[in-house]
Order: sequence, then structure tokens, then C-alpha cells
Amino acid sequence: MIVTKSLEFSYDNNFIFKFPNINLKSTENLLILGNSGIGKSTLLHNLAGILRPKSGTINIFNNDISKFSEYELDKFRGENIGIIFQKPHFVNSLTVGENLELAQFLGRNKRGDIKLTLESLKILDKINKKPKELSHGEKQRVSIAIAIINSPKLILADEPTSSLDDSNCANVINILKEQALKYAAQLVVITHDSRLKKHFKNSLDL
Amino acid sequence: MSIFKLSLKNIFSRPMSSVLSIMLLSLGVSMISLLILINTVLKEQMDNNLKGIDMVVGAKGSPLQLILSSVYHVDSPTGNIPLKEAKAIENNKMVGYSVPLLYGDNYNGYRIVGTNSKFFELYELNIKSGNFFSKDFEVVVGSKIADRLNLNLEDEFISSHGLRETGEAHANNPFIIKGILEFSNSVADQLILTSPESIWEIHAEHDHDDEHDHDDEHDHDDDEKEITAMLIKFKSPMNIIQFPRYINEQTNLQSAVPSYEISRLFKLFGFGIETISLLAYLIILVSGISIFITLFNSMKERKYDLALIRTLGGTRFQLSLMLIYESLLLTIIGFFIGIGLSRLSIIFISKIMDANFNYSLNNTGVLNDEWWLLIVSIIIGLVACLIPSIQVYRMDISKTLSDE
Repeated sequence: MIVTKSLEFSYDNNFIFKFPNINLKSTENLLILGNSGIGKSTLLHNLAGILRPKSGTINIFNNDISKFSEYELDKFRGENIGIIFQKPHFVNSLTVGENLELAQFLGRNKRGDIKLTLESLKILDKINKKPKELSHGEKQRVSIAIAIINSPKLILADEPTSSLDDSNCANVINILKEQALKYAAQLVVITHDSRLKKHFKNSLDL
Repeated sequence: MSIFKLSLKNIFSRPMSSVLSIMLLSLGVSMISLLILINTVLKEQMDNNLKGIDMVVGAKGSPLQLILSSVYHVDSPTGNIPLKEAKAIENNKMVGYSVPLLYGDNYNGYRIVGTNSKFFELYELNIKSGNFFSKDFEVVVGSKIADRLNLNLEDEFISSHGLRETGEAHANNPFIIKGILEFSNSVADQLILTSPESIWEIHAEHDHDDEHDHDDEHDHDDDEKEITAMLIKFKSPMNIIQFPRYINEQTNLQSAVPSYEISRLFKLFGFGIETISLLAYLIILVSGISIFITLFNSMKERKYDLALIRTLGGTRFQLSLMLIYESLLLTIIGFFIGIGLSRLSIIFISKIMDANFNYSLNNTGVLNDEWWLLIVSIIIGLVACLIPSIQVYRMDISKTLSDE
């Protein structure tokens, strides 16, 4: 269950982002659509507890995260939220497998099975590779693996498909939906990519 | 996975700069540690060989040379002094204890010293096998010599003149080994001891071609007999103030006070040691700067890595801790490599000293001063990561992630 009310954010008080209310039941996914510069990433960072709203409340699974301390936010994020970025990020000194081990350690979670997760994303053979040795598609899959290894209850994806062609776009969004279903997680995708509309029942225009 | 393991992996992922930082630190640490070691071990050995000798009397010359030659047996003697004058000093009421020393010959570079039983008392020497010398040309050898040259009781050898192996051989009078000393960790381990008469005898020969009648020769000889130096202990410590001055001013002899000369020698050393220490600390500082630059640059390179760690639930403190571990790992690894290097060098230096001066350094464990050096290294490591770890603590991950 994800509920936001009269959420406002400002970087420097000159310009205030006003976000529409979100009210998402616990089994629903959501597509948030908006053009560049309208504050899509800002909203995602607020939902993830990376940024703090200027006013309003963010209620995720009955936790008002706008009242959390920095430490509580890190802890909550690690345990409950998986984030997928437009450009995949890794700890480059670690192998794929070690990146997943690190995610487990930081998320205070030993539940997920690294090999099974990689297997389900068809990249188990890359477990001992360094991120630099992977192709773009493989990188994206690994970053999905990192996001879901701790079985998060909420998966946030920031422009996961904007640089992909149509077939890969469908591919990635299917993987995301599939994994969310598998782990009983809610999927919130933020994008300007209107191709995704047909994949979601709920959508919100910024 | 843990933060510590992550730090270790990060260090390995940039081998060049890690090796540079470690090399610089270990170089600085090994230099300082080596200086501390040499200073400590040398001082220890010099003090150990002092054995309460208050004063040394010998021929005029450099007082330091007199001490080095007759107490430490490393330098050449200043010359000889007449036995008659030495006897006069020996009988002075201020003198409690005196040991004569005569030089003249060596065997394979090891000095043959003519002396009496007081030498054995002074250095608390015990015989491991055999007996003390009783007749002319009988010798007792130090334990190191016996080991090195593989000498046994009743072995005979021919000495050569002077203190170097290349001297003219005294082939007519072979020495015979009557005793081997226990290891005493003193200069005696590398000396061959015999009676003063043996030394007089072996050198007298050259001059004895002209005929003398026997009685006459004896009297005559005592007048001409010489010794090289005399080690002296006073009856009262007060005498150390007046007596050496009396000898230097009133006689043709020279007196030198070992403790004073040795502290003078260490003062001379001190200047060099300080200069090299300063250089070594500078190298350690540069290593700290190199660690700082490495961490600082790596923060730009891996800003997305750092942001990812935060989004995965890593706290700001964990990120700072990661950098602190990286810095400390480098300095602590560098420290222990440095200590290892200094131990290797001391073994090497000891071998060289042994070969050139028959004087070896005993190796010791980690000294107190070196633990201080570890603390200095850790402080350098902490200071080097201070700014990067504060920066990473304050990092704005939202901004970093939006930068793509």
C-alpha cells in the first residue's frame, strides 16, 4: 500500500514541485508518466527516501517515511525497496555475484538465493564476471537482480526502457512484471516512454 | 560480504596506486625501524661490552680510537706503552683493578690478545672445554671463532703479524689451542687469548740475534717490554674525575673514559640518524598524501558505486567506514612490510659487519619505538581518509543519481 498526500518538493525554494496524490492498493502496479524536467526522478527519489519532501506525507506499507531519520530511511530502503535506474549501476570492484552478496549484506537480508535469482534472469553464467565485462542487456539484467535479491515489497524503476528498442522494451518490462509477481512486490515505473502504457492498468500523468 | 571485505576488494581493484602507497609507507617505516634497530642493538652491545671499565690507558692518539681498539676490538691500537709505566699506574692507590692487553698478531683476521686471568674475571668468561693457557704459545679461543674456523683442542695454528690476515707469518712459533670459551655475548667471543709472554716472545725473536748473557737479558727485557693498553676500574667512582686528567697531563700516556667516548660517538651518529629519520618521516608523509589522493580521485570515479551502496540500504556511516578501512589497510600492510624489510636488512648488515669487523648484531623482536611507528602509521592513515570520508558522509546521492 503506497499513499502520498499533497506531496511537495523543492530544491531551492524558488520552484516547487507539486505531485498528484498516489493511492495504490497492495497488489497494484503503477506507471507514472511525464515529460523530461517535470520532476519524475525527484518523485522517485522521494518515494525511495533518497530525498525528503518539503511538505505532505509519504506512507509506504503503513510507515510514514517522511518522518524517518536518515538512518531509518537507509534501513527501510535496504529492507523494503529495490531500485532500478535508467543506467545500471554497480560496485565495479566486485563481481556480479559479489554485488548481489553486498546487496544482501546492506539490506540486512539473507533470504534471497543469488544463483536462483541470476538463473531466473538467465545470467547465471555471469556470476564471476566483473560488471565492465558485461553487455548492456546483461548489465540491465544484473541491475534488476541487485534490486530484487532482497525480495523487496516495492520495486521502483526509473526510465528502465527509454534507451531500448521496441522488442527489448517489451522484454524488460515483462521481466520486471514477472519478477514483481514472483516476489509479491509492487512495481512502480516512472518514465516518459508512452510505449509502456499498454502494460499497466494504473497510470498517473505528472 | 562485509564492509571490510568490500574495502579489501576496492584496494585490489586499483593495484597500481595501492602498491605505490604501500611501497612508500613501507620504505619510510623500514628506514626508521632500521635506524631504531641499529641504534638500539649497537648501544646494547656497546654497553654490554663495557663491563664496568672506568678508564683505558694507552699510547697517545685519538681517545675514541683507543676505546674502539681496546674495549671493542674494532679499530687499530694507538701504539704501545712501556710496561714500567703501566705497572706504575697499576700500583697507584686509586686503581682497584687493571687488565693488561697486548696486541701484535692475528689468526685469519681474529685478534690474538695477550692478557692475564683478570681478563677472564672482567668478562666473566667460562671455559667450555679444555683449560686456561699456562705455558707460552698456549691459547684459549672465543666460541665464535671456534665455530667459524672449526677449531678443536690441541689444534695448532700459525699467526700472522699485525691485525690483518695479510701480515707476515710467524712460522717458527705455532700457537696451540688449550681451551675453548663458552659463548658470552661479549667481545671475547671473537678473540684469541694468550699470555703476555707469548706475544713478547714471538716479537722478541727478531731482535734477539745479538748475544746476551741470560741474567742480563732478563733485567734488560723488563725495561723494554711494552703492552698495548690497560683496562682500569677505580676503587672509588670519584677517581674518574681526577685520575684521567692526571695521566693525560703528567705522563706520556693517554687515558680515555669509555662511557664518555661512546656517548660522544653516538652524538656524532645522532646527527646522521636525525637527518635520515627526517627523510623517512617525509616519505611516510608522502605516502599519506598518496593515499589521500587515491581515495579522493576514486570518489569521483566511483560516485555511482557509492550512490548505489546507499540506495541498497548502506548508511552514510558504512560508506565512511569503507574509506577508513581502505586507508588503514594500506597503512597497516605498509607498516608490516616495512618492519619485515628492516629485519631482512639487519640480517644483511650484520653479515657485512661480521665479515668486515668480526662484529655481529643480535636481532631482536619488535621494539617499543616500533609500536610507536605503528601508531604514527595509523594516524597518517586516519588523516589521509578524513576529508574523503567526511565528503562521502555528506554526499547527495539524489544529485549524483540525477547526473547521468
